[in-house]
Amino acid sequence: MKVTKDLVAASATPMVLGILAEEDSYGYAILRRINELSGGELDWTEGLLYPLLHRLERLGHVESSWQSVAGERRRKYYRITRGGLAELAEQRRQWATVVDALKEIWPRTDFTTFPLGGFA
Amino acid sequence: MTDDQGELEAQFAQWRHYVQRRRELRQADVDELEDHLRGSVDDLVAAGLHADEAFLVAVKRMGSLDELSREFAREHSERLWKQLVLTGGADGPTPSGRSRRDLLVMVGCAVGAAASVKAPELFGLTLEDDAAFYGPNVGLFALPWLAAFLAWRRRAAPAVIGALVALFALGAVAANAYPLAEDSQSLVLTSIHLPIALWFVVGLAYVSDDLRSSRRRMDFVRFTGEWFIYYVLIALGGGVLIGFVFGTFEAIGISPETVIAQWVLPCGAAAAVVVAGWLVEAKQSVVENIAPVLTRLFTPLFTAVLLAFLVTFVVTSAGIDVEREALILFDLLLVVVLALLLYSASARDPLAPAGVFDKLQLALVVSALLIDVLVLWEITGRITEYGTTPNKAAALGENVILLVNLAWSAWLMTGLIRRRVPFAGLERWQTAYLPVYAAWAWVVVLAFPPLFGFL
Repeated sequence: MKVTKDLVAASATPMVLGILAEEDSYGYAILRRINELSGGELDWTEGLLYPLLHRLERLGHVESSWQSVAGERRRKYYRITRGGLAELAEQRRQWATVVDALKEIWPRTDFTTFPLGGFA
Repeated sequence: MTDDQGELEAQFAQWRHYVQRRRELRQADVDELEDHLRGSVDDLVAAGLHADEAFLVAVKRMGSLDELSREFAREHSERLWKQLVLTGGADGPTPSGRSRRDLLVMVGCAVGAAASVKAPELFGLTLEDDAAFYGPNVGLFALPWLAAFLAWRRRAAPAVIGALVALFALGAVAANAYPLAEDSQSLVLTSIHLPIALWFVVGLAYVSDDLRSSRRRMDFVRFTGEWFIYYVLIALGGGVLIGFVFGTFEAIGISPETVIAQWVLPCGAAAAVVVAGWLVEAKQSVVENIAPVLTRLFTPLFTAVLLAFLVTFVVTSAGIDVEREALILFDLLLVVVLALLLYSASARDPLAPAGVFDKLQLALVVSALLIDVLVLWEITGRITEYGTTPNKAAALGENVILLVNLAWSAWLMTGLIRRRVPFAGLERWQTAYLPVYAAWAWVVVLAFPPLFGFL
């Protein structure tokens, strides 16, 4: 089962902000972490991730800095800002509302492995 | 292993080169994506793949570049618009030193141009009282600075720099050495023709990296058109600024008239010459050129007007009133027609076959030619009857020069439409003809005053 594109897009912002709230990170690591968290079910592309990171930076939710890593390579690290943490809290509230509502409608027993369960 | 590594680096270089061509992606984005790709490759190699296999898989996983660019464009839609970065990108890891140096040199040249306008005041000459000095010298204040900026950018050879200096010196001599009265015709003629002659000297600076190339000369034609448009835009902005300065200062009871007339306007006008040139250089290949667009817009309209004039002329069989103003008007008309021809040529794909627009242009040129022949016929009659003056001689000379150009252009265009002559022939003709205008302007400036007894 793959999660649909719309749902991936809708959950993208809280996902990235949540990962960055854990620790500062960079593009490839964020993508790997998402893969890990969803067991490969969330189909993220670079075309989704990097423009999203840039948008979050423009909105002031994250900030970036170039840091040198092994050898000649430079890597762009992202760090969540105070505004980003507030945004994450707001997103969590909204997602909790959605998940709660869905749980009310759907009989609990049918969906023992409902992937959004973790949010509630 | 080192071989593998070298091959991998070559593949990365190739990928980078390919991705950098996308204008949706900035250098910083390319670096970020490359880091991503390398992370992906490292993981795949750790999982047991060969370096080249890992590279292929990683690139494949990244998906098509078109899609990636589209996503970037959605977030960074501004990148498809303005790309004139004045002082190098702030986010780019490699600040472009070149454009910053350009900016500094440009500011230096613009300040120099502004200072040149005010410099004669040190010798007691003022803008208000010494029109006879400022008129002929007007081109000498700013144009040398523009030429200097261009020559610096092109890293002109010493011989070319020597020629530039000599020509500007010659211009200074021509403007000031002859004893011309304040109300003489020659003074006005010099005031008009010396800037034209000096503009072609600027052209020499512009093509200084490749003097004989027809393409470079066409670039100078493009540069001229864009420069003119930028200058007009800057002048409009300057007008608004001056309006506000007037309004605000008068509101508190202080008249800024002297400051504006003596400083802001002349210095601004001179500095804008250099700034406009720098803008064209900086934004070249960034924004679509506007002069050819205007050409497309106005060629049909001018054709219609000229044809209407011809028809009316024939139907009413009225004579043309060839006074001096009328002569200048028809000269200007030919200049406009020539400009329409030049600027549509400057934007045309040299390999495209002749189309409707080319036929329209031929109609434009032919109708202009017919009108001009009528005017010339009237004028020569007039001159043989009453003798000539510097004004009439200059206007007549220009008329003949433009007529020759347009007549041969019409011939070449007929060949183009019949598919006998390639478009490059027309382009070469126009660029080869450019020195003729320069030569005539110099003749008027240098030879006319003594020829007509400093009249």
